[in-house]
Amino acid sequence: MELVEAIILAVLAASTPLLIAATGELVAERSGVLNLGVEGMMIVGAACGFAGAWLTGSIFIGALFGIIAGTLMSLIFALMALGLAVNQVATGLALTILGIGLSGLIGAGFVGERISPAVHLHIPGLTDIPLIGRVLFGEDGFVYVSIALIVGVWWFLYRTRAGLILRACGDNHVSAHALGYPVLRIRTFAVMFGGACAGLAGAYLPLAYTPFFIPGMTAGRGWIALALVVFSSWRPGRLVVGAYLFGAVTILQLHAQGWGVGIPSQFMSALPYLATVIVLVLLSRARTGGSTAPAALGTVFVPDR
Amino acid sequence: MQAHQRMLDPTPNGQNSGDSPLLRTIGLTKRYGDFLANDSIDIDIWPREIHALLGENGAGKSTLVKAIYGLIQPSAGEIHWQGQRIVLSGPSEARSRGIGMVFQHFSLFDNLTVAENVALGLDGKESFKDMSARLEQVSKAYGLPLDPKREVWQLSVGERQRIEIVRALMQDPKFLILDEPTAVLTPQEADQLFIVLERLKAEGRAILYISHKLEEVKRLCDTATILRGGRRVETCNPRLETAASLARMMVGGEVKEVKAVSGRKTTVPRLVVNDLSLAPAEAHGVRLEHISFELKGGEILGIAGVAGNGQDELFAALSGERLSKDPGTVVIEGIAAGHLSITQRRKLGAAFVPEERLGHGTAPRMKLSENALLTGHAASGMVRRGFIDTAATLKTVDRATETFDVRKAKRDPEAASLSGGNLQKFIVGREILRNPAVLVVSQPTWGVDAGAAAVIRQALLDLATAGAAVLVTSQDLDELAEIADRIAVMFHGKLSAPLAASEASREKLGLLMGGSSLEPKEAAHAAGA
Repeated sequence: MELVEAIILAVLAASTPLLIAATGELVAERSGVLNLGVEGMMIVGAACGFAGAWLTGSIFIGALFGIIAGTLMSLIFALMALGLAVNQVATGLALTILGIGLSGLIGAGFVGERISPAVHLHIPGLTDIPLIGRVLFGEDGFVYVSIALIVGVWWFLYRTRAGLILRACGDNHVSAHALGYPVLRIRTFAVMFGGACAGLAGAYLPLAYTPFFIPGMTAGRGWIALALVVFSSWRPGRLVVGAYLFGAVTILQLHAQGWGVGIPSQFMSALPYLATVIVLVLLSRARTGGSTAPAALGTVFVPDR
Repeated sequence: MQAHQRMLDPTPNGQNSGDSPLLRTIGLTKRYGDFLANDSIDIDIWPREIHALLGENGAGKSTLVKAIYGLIQPSAGEIHWQGQRIVLSGPSEARSRGIGMVFQHFSLFDNLTVAENVALGLDGKESFKDMSARLEQVSKAYGLPLDPKREVWQLSVGERQRIEIVRALMQDPKFLILDEPTAVLTPQEADQLFIVLERLKAEGRAILYISHKLEEVKRLCDTATILRGGRRVETCNPRLETAASLARMMVGGEVKEVKAVSGRKTTVPRLVVNDLSLAPAEAHGVRLEHISFELKGGEILGIAGVAGNGQDELFAALSGERLSKDPGTVVIEGIAAGHLSITQRRKLGAAFVPEERLGHGTAPRMKLSENALLTGHAASGMVRRGFIDTAATLKTVDRATETFDVRKAKRDPEAASLSGGNLQKFIVGREILRNPAVLVVSQPTWGVDAGAAAVIRQALLDLATAGAAVLVTSQDLDELAEIADRIAVMFHGKLSAPLAASEASREKLGLLMGGSSLEPKEAAHAAGA
């Protein structure tokens, strides 16, 4: 029993940064922008988040620093890929490389420092229920924020007019422009939201997951988040399932090594990507028409004026 | 050039029901760099008027309506709406003032539902539920049935246009702009549209109607404004003009008549299709079902039909982009070729011109000489021992340029830099210069201006006269009537029996295009002709 609870808690903790980062990227991609810089925005968010928390002693301000850092990184992307209409793939990759370097620079002075990690919720009585108590009522704030985020994004995309307009931009930017919607402005906001989420997801790592900062601590989670968006076929509901599934695989991989199961850890690390490929194949076979991906995803748009 | 220019003649046929026009542009000018897309255009639109806007491609029609709809800002000049000068900040302001627009290339979102598409074209002041209810009301009231819950990619072209029109009507516009609305419709669907437009006019609305089809304009429109080279050359009553006189004003000179040599001799069958059936390659493609026809040398067979009824699939099966398991389904020059590749079919003497100029007919970012090589490598001596003979490819470009009057900035530019008409002349020229025995051409003059279209049609006729078999797929019935000897109709992947061109009336073709069959007797008679 204890072990099951521990594993569930570990899975939730491992899944939360994936869920937050992927939620942001989902919104950006739904507006038609492919930002491959998630890993870079996350790692800068991690460095700045730790710096903020260490300097002020507040986890909340640390998280805020992470969000701001991620947003600023995404603005660089928006300037290049939207303002100057540069190729989005190249810009995103460059952003990741920039982010890794920048985080090393910012975080250099903080390596080896420790902070007290984010506190977990404790509601007397509820939290003490065996098995589910700690899972439901004993998490840190990030976990609850991540769930609120994805529910909010689902509601925004499918229940509000602004969400409909954002999806329209991702489906056909020429038509959206012809109807008078400011495609580039909408996309800039979507990219900024993606950056803020990536920054928060990055900040989660040194503020709640492990109470210290090490360079490169995102360790490819940004790439998994990107794969996750594809895996979810750009739908918020499937994104939640995918995030916990991918998180579970990460934890399973650790335990498998501990139990001495003879599966190479590299194979387990590759599982999320393999799963994404398989899901893509299944989806394209199942669907009879239309497109699963936002039709304008990754294409450059220059309005004529 | 200036011969037709009359300054600001009064509106011709007593449309001045109010004291000021609904919409008036004064000296409207739009400049892109050195290029004047619109050069001080004056146009008056009155209520209860269907006003045609005519002109060749590049005459400035689209620029003008974009400025009126607020999509682009004019460089100079004024727009007056109901007697007051306005400056539109964007399409949503135009819509709120009562200006609606139905786009030529639909401004629809394939992966959204009909209701969502309509909602995006409105200003969102009512709830989605109220909007959906009103959508059903409006579509019923005007006889334009729509299912609000379906996604657009599932719909036919005609249905898509209905969405656009209903969307525009839901804003209760005083003034509606339609950009080539009938280009993709069957004659019957077009007639339905005209009924709706007449009704809108009777309701007191004004309509600006862009079209290439002059007969249609004569039938429907009260006033016509003709643009050429970015300038207004004439405003007239189209009912008092002939199609030829309107065409003259558009082109600024006589349009060359396409002439067929009388008494063309037909020879042996050069392209035979025997019971060709083929499952679609794509998820929402069309299945070809039991297609058979025989095309002799010296003959032009036209295939009419609404887009998306299997024409693309038939082209792919004929060109070898898709292979057939049974070699005998496609016979080129007496040789079973159903299983042969594109190159092997070209070596048999076949040539192909697909519908898409950029991306299918040519590689857009490659030079013309390289594009000549792409289809000519098989049988035109452009490759020697595996090396490209650059001189030969350039010579092909020069010959096509001279023979077909291809206008371009330099000797060997990128394909994408040519205008649609000139690129199409190059592509058709490239294939014809290979002296093909069989030419399969899809939508030869789609989106091409009248001058270039005449050159291309004449070239197809000349090729047939020289003894080749020519298969033309087109949605333009006038074009087929002009050049084809026989016309067959494609519907849902099936090909009707060909009718002799002299017997293929618009009504008959329209029925076939809508999926009805002709009287059995008549069809049998026509097939025998």
